[in-house]
Amino acid sequence: MTQVKLPDPEQLAARILRGERPAVASGLNLLDNKLAAARDSSARLLAALSGERWLNEGHLIGVTGPPGAGKSSLVAAMIREWRLADRTVGVLAVDPSSRPELGGGALLGDRIRIKNSSHDEGLFIRSLANRSQLGGVATEVWPMSWLMLACFDIVVIETVGVGQTEIDIAEIGDTVCYVAQPASGDTIQYLKSGIIEIPDIFAVNKSDLGAPAHKTASEIGRSASRPDRRENWDYPVCLVSAAMHTGIQSFLTHFDRHRRFLVDRGLLGELRARHQSAWVMRLLKEEFGTFGLELVGGRADIGQRLGENRCNQFAEYERMRMHILSRFTSGG
Amino acid sequence: MVAVQKKRDQPWLMRTYSGHSSAKASNALYRTNLAKGQTGLSVAFDLPTQTGYDADSPLARGEVGKVGVPISHIEDMDQLFDQIPLDQMNTSMTINATAAWLLSLYIGLAQRRGIDAKKLSGTTQNDIIKEYLSRGTYIYPPGPSMRLIADTITYTVKHVPKWNPTNICSYHLQEAGATPVQELAYALCTAMAVLDRVKASGEIRPEAFPQVVERISFFVNAGIRFVEECCKLRAFGEMWDELTLARYQVEDARLRRFRYGVQVNSLGLTEPQPENNVQRIVLEMLAVVLSKRARARAIQLPAWNEAMGLPRPWDQQWALRMQQVVAFETDLLEYEDILDGSPVIAAKVRDLIEGARREIENVEAQGGIIAAIESGYIKRELVGSHMNRLRAIESGDLKIIGVNCFQETAQSPLTLGSDGAIMKTNPAAEREQIERLQAHRKSRNDDDVRAALQGLVDAAKSGENIMPSSIRCALAGVSTGEWGDSLRAVFGEFRPPTGIDIAIDSREVLGKRDQVTDLRARVASTGNALGRPLKLLVGKPGLDGHSNGAEQIAVKARDVGFEVVYDGIRLTPQQIAQAAQEEGVHMVGLSILSGSHMELVESVLQELRARDLANVPVIAGGIIPPQDAEKLAALGVRAVYTPKDFNLNSIMEDMINVIRECNGLERLASMQ
Repeated sequence: MTQVKLPDPEQLAARILRGERPAVASGLNLLDNKLAAARDSSARLLAALSGERWLNEGHLIGVTGPPGAGKSSLVAAMIREWRLADRTVGVLAVDPSSRPELGGGALLGDRIRIKNSSHDEGLFIRSLANRSQLGGVATEVWPMSWLMLACFDIVVIETVGVGQTEIDIAEIGDTVCYVAQPASGDTIQYLKSGIIEIPDIFAVNKSDLGAPAHKTASEIGRSASRPDRRENWDYPVCLVSAAMHTGIQSFLTHFDRHRRFLVDRGLLGELRARHQSAWVMRLLKEEFGTFGLELVGGRADIGQRLGENRCNQFAEYERMRMHILSRFTSGG
Repeated sequence: MVAVQKKRDQPWLMRTYSGHSSAKASNALYRTNLAKGQTGLSVAFDLPTQTGYDADSPLARGEVGKVGVPISHIEDMDQLFDQIPLDQMNTSMTINATAAWLLSLYIGLAQRRGIDAKKLSGTTQNDIIKEYLSRGTYIYPPGPSMRLIADTITYTVKHVPKWNPTNICSYHLQEAGATPVQELAYALCTAMAVLDRVKASGEIRPEAFPQVVERISFFVNAGIRFVEECCKLRAFGEMWDELTLARYQVEDARLRRFRYGVQVNSLGLTEPQPENNVQRIVLEMLAVVLSKRARARAIQLPAWNEAMGLPRPWDQQWALRMQQVVAFETDLLEYEDILDGSPVIAAKVRDLIEGARREIENVEAQGGIIAAIESGYIKRELVGSHMNRLRAIESGDLKIIGVNCFQETAQSPLTLGSDGAIMKTNPAAEREQIERLQAHRKSRNDDDVRAALQGLVDAAKSGENIMPSSIRCALAGVSTGEWGDSLRAVFGEFRPPTGIDIAIDSREVLGKRDQVTDLRARVASTGNALGRPLKLLVGKPGLDGHSNGAEQIAVKARDVGFEVVYDGIRLTPQQIAQAAQEEGVHMVGLSILSGSHMELVESVLQELRARDLANVPVIAGGIIPPQDAEKLAALGVRAVYTPKDFNLNSIMEDMINVIRECNGLERLASMQ
């Protein structure tokens, strides 16, 4: 039998909350682990990390966009500014996996593009493969991003945008940013697809290209400014150049502004509680299927119970898991 | 029978690529080589010198004096050329990112010795493009790097007219896997980018531009397929002639000649039965001397034991003697071009030219070579070609004697000696170089140094030619690291696109059961047993930038189902351990070709232990002699792979078993 040693979840949670890097690393490993014993520990870890702070601290940011738009370089430039302002940053960089029948492997190349050339204790990067989630985001991403939020000021999730990804990212991030590539068909497709209603902030990278960048920015500006989603949010479109490091500072002020906008209107806690419910449901369904969900009363019932305990939905998650497992094992 | 001595052509320049430990030791070696009939010098610099770091920089640890000579300041340059008359020597320097600096030290030294710069002859390699693609000793981003190249060209055309300021390299493209067509196309695209840049600088009057074109020379590779290689060089000549006339209006045909130097292929040299490399090297040399119209101007041959470690003086002498036998004993130099008029050769040349034209158009359509590098296109093409080559070796379609066929061999007397048939660099070299540098810093005039560096920074910012201020820095006693850092502060540093996101090996889609499908099942079942997919970190510690091997391992591991974090080159041991921790990997794979594996691997192991990651297995690949492999195993390295391990499937099989053992799982039975 294998010797996968699992850490004690409660002790681990305490160390993560103190910001200990080795603990963050083993916490992420645990959340990624599919062994039955590890699933139990994961649920306990998430429950132990839960609390009021989960609804109002830190900033969870999704960055998405077509391949080649320069997302990693832009994230690197953003990190440089945040670190200069002494804010700590956790990054989850998601790359596509090859198809399962081709081995399901992945080359995770974002780290090399994002990291600083010098050693930095205030930056933590975990690369992830999307594991063929039909274009969406792997289920692991969500609990991992929450773990990172327990110990970093800012958590960035970077993914290639291919439709479903944006929808998934919008169910994780407080603020979603779309990085557009000037003069590219991808952006036109994007404008047509309707997914444009998801991002809160738009960046047109490679602004050093001049006219094509301005053209793309104005196209997005025309489509994005429809005030149909969140009243009074202006959906800024920013011209930036990661390569030249221009426009980054003013671009970043919009992230802080958006977070303040959510807090001032009492939307942040609500948004996060809603995201948590959706993902707890998705985790339960992935592990136990529709049948498992029925064993704890079905979707509506689960939704209600999570709503009642919105500061600690993971504790609720753990209780429901235990309940389903006991029903499975008792043959009931 | 004694052949009558006919009128013979002048032979090419004969060189040996060399330099190690210290300026003093290298100078002694150069003088010995010249006494043996070598007609020019080819200086190998160590990695800190090539990447603009001082010997006492943390990144230089373990690298000082390893792959070449350390040159930290003008006194080192003086010692390197002690008793060698600069005005009579033809000196080739393999130097790129810091070429403007090393050339400044050379010119500064000549000035100090009272020698007119107009009498200096030689070459600075000074081609940054292939550093981005293959060799890895880049520093600055493409824009400022191309500007430095243009500056050295415009300066030398005016002040050092016999100098070849840049040597456009197709050599390293072939080492990175380029086919002859790719080699032709990318080298010519590079030359166009350089010439266009010089033209755009406006520093050269239009009527003087043909002289600039004439000073562009090339550094070419020749592989074992010597007929095709010979055709490639004829194709180069024709295409260059055409291009310089059409694009740059060079009317004088003599100024359109394709001038090139050669180092023959190292990629095909083998560690098993290394004596076979001798005939490989000789055949490869034929490719660049047979055709008079396409004959090399300068040749340096690798030593037979290059795949095993650093060659000894005797090994280098043997390589020089090969050239001398061809030049002086054979009748080759008595004839006009012996391939002219052959329809077979003409057809092959035409084929290559057509293929290269198409690829040049393709690159131009993407905005030229710089844009195609920044987008990752060229890197992907090269890694793809290299992968095809390795797959062909594995399948046996490409035969390599002693490697994938005819492996049986008697014990070679060549490798029996107690030195393992390779040379060891002086282990005290690093410490001595640091002491010498620190003493130098105390002896110079600080005000002069400060003023000279300020002048350098001002020139870098204003766009004024970088050479005059660099020469002033050389004379003031500025160090290599100070020159490099001053420009880093102005220009920034290059961040590579990963470029290894090439298409997966999909030959197995049809459900054919073979080693790859077997490996995929092994990776998957091991991942399942451990609870999550197997994750591998691949990186290169130290300053060595030869990333081809690391990239091939990364691509192959992805093909068989690993999730691979490719962390690139020039990493400190601390960064590698930190990445291993943050990424939660099951294994760390290190690649080191510079000979500094002992120091670097030991540091990585220490850093891992300091992070409680002693249980994460470390494997190493590179040019690592057997004695060192044993020492690494004793330190805790779980496997060492060298050039003789050409079968990537076997390496993957072994890696999976190492991960299994380290996690309490049983080894899997051998494949087949």
